[in-house]
Amino acid sequence: MQYSVFSLLKNALTGHRHWQPAWRDPQPRAHYDVVIVGGGGHGLATAYYLAKNHGITNVAVIEKGYIGSGNVGRNTTIVRSNYLLPGNVPFYEWSMKLWEGLEQNINYNAMVSQRGVLNLCHSDAQRDAFARRGNAMRLHGVDSELLDKEQVRKIAPYLNFDDARFPIQGGLLQPRGGTVRHDAVAWGYARAGDQRGVDIIQNCEVTGFRIANGKMMGVETTRGFIGAGKVGMAVAGNTSRVAAMAGMRLPIESHVLQAFVSEGIKPLIDTVITFGAGHFYISQSDKGGLVFGGDIDGYNSYAQRGNLPTIEDVCEGGMALMPMIGRVRMLRQWGGIMDMSMDGSPIIDRTPVDGLYLNAGWCYGGFKATPASGWCFAHLIARDAPHAVAADYRLDRFATGHAIDEKGQGAQPNLH
Amino acid sequence: MQIQCPYCGDRDAHEFAYLGDATVTRPDPAAPDAARAFYEYVYLRDNPAGPHKELWYHSAGCHSWLVVTRDTRTHAIESVAQVGAP
Repeated sequence: MQYSVFSLLKNALTGHRHWQPAWRDPQPRAHYDVVIVGGGGHGLATAYYLAKNHGITNVAVIEKGYIGSGNVGRNTTIVRSNYLLPGNVPFYEWSMKLWEGLEQNINYNAMVSQRGVLNLCHSDAQRDAFARRGNAMRLHGVDSELLDKEQVRKIAPYLNFDDARFPIQGGLLQPRGGTVRHDAVAWGYARAGDQRGVDIIQNCEVTGFRIANGKMMGVETTRGFIGAGKVGMAVAGNTSRVAAMAGMRLPIESHVLQAFVSEGIKPLIDTVITFGAGHFYISQSDKGGLVFGGDIDGYNSYAQRGNLPTIEDVCEGGMALMPMIGRVRMLRQWGGIMDMSMDGSPIIDRTPVDGLYLNAGWCYGGFKATPASGWCFAHLIARDAPHAVAADYRLDRFATGHAIDEKGQGAQPNLH
Repeated sequence: MQIQCPYCGDRDAHEFAYLGDATVTRPDPAAPDAARAFYEYVYLRDNPAGPHKELWYHSAGCHSWLVVTRDTRTHAIESVAQVGAP
C-alpha cells in the first residue's frame, strides 16, 4: 500500500485497525542471487538499491536480531557532508543528496530535517582549519558558511561564549546538514525493498560461509544453508567476527560509543551543535529530549554498554559548552559497537573470496552514510566494479599507503 | 571498570590509558618481507569477541605498562600482569 494523506485518513476513519505490516516475514528460499548479511541501515539500503537501480530482486537480507536492533537504532541521527578529503567529500555529499530525496523515493516519512550542523571553533588556528575545510567543501559543491562569534550567538545565544579554556570564536555551518529519524530509515528501506521483492529474514544468524575453490557458494545460518551467487557483508560492529568465518583478518577494532538523551523539554536547540574541542555534540529530538554524545570509550568492546568515566567526560563537555544543561536530568544512556577502521574511513570493496563483498569500518559515522553506502555497495555487487564516489574506500589501501586520514584518528590515533 | 594494578591495587579505569592488542609484536625491519610484516603489525587485528590481551598504561598511577586479559563482551578482567613478566 502506498502511504499518503488519503491512506492515513481512510485508516483514521476505521480506527487504525486495518494497517498492514510494512514488510513480509518470508521463509528463506534455497538460493538467492544476492544475500546481504546484516539487516541494518546499510544492508537494507543495499538490498533496496540492488532492486531499484540494478533490477536484482532475488535478494535476501539476513539479520541475526530484528530490524532496527543494531546501530541504525542506536545512533544520534545526525546527517552532514562537511568533509575535507577528496576521497570523502563526493561520497558524503552524494549521501546528503540521497537524504534530500529519500522520503519521496521510498514513500516513507523519515523526518528528514535539514536544521543545519554547526561546528564550533575556539582559536585562530582552528578557525583557519575550518576556513580550509569550508573552502574544500565549496569546491566540491557542498554548502558551507564560516561564522564569526556574533553570528554563532544569533543561532545559539545560550552557549558559554567566554569559557576560559575554550572561548567560542566562531563556527563552520553546513545549513543542509541536520537530523533524520533513524528507526524510520531502517523501516522505510525495509518496506521499500520488500515491495520490490527483497526477502527480509529476521532472527536468523549467519554461522559460517560455504566457500568452494575460492568462490562463495552461500551462507550457513541458524535456519539452515542458504545458497547465494554473491554475498555482501554489512555487519558493522561485528565485521571482524563475520569476516573471520571467511578466513579474513581486517584492519578493524570494535569499540563502544555511548549516547545520551535527557528528559523532554520545550524547543531549545533548533540545529546540531558540535564542540569538537570538548568531545561533545548535541541536538534536540522532536520529542523534546536533548540528544548528545562524545567520544568512544577507547578500548575494544563488543558489550553494548560503556563505563562511567566516559559518561562523566561527556557531561563535563556539555557543562562547559552550555551550563544550563546542568538543570536537565539525563533520561537514558546506551552504547553501540563501532567498526573502528585504522584510518577512520570506511571500506567498500571486494574481498579475496570470489563473490564476497565487504562494507565495513564506518567508525562512529555510519548513519549519515546509509543511503550512499547502500547505493555504492549495490553498484559494487551488481557490476563487480566500485562506484566512482566510493572508489577510494579500498580494502588494500592500508597496505599500499593510501589511508584516508580525515581526522588523523581511527581506533588508535597514535598510528597516524 | 576497575583494573587491579600489581603495584597499586584496584584502581578506576580512568587512571589508565589504553594502547590496544598486546599480542602483536614488532617485526624485524631487516627481514625480506618487512613491508608486509609491518602492514600486518600496524593495521591488522584479531579483534576477538571474548578474552582479549591488551596493553594498559597506568598513567595516573605508577606509570607501569600492564597486559590485561579482559573479556570484550562483558568487560570482566581475568588477569593483569606487568609487561615482560614471566
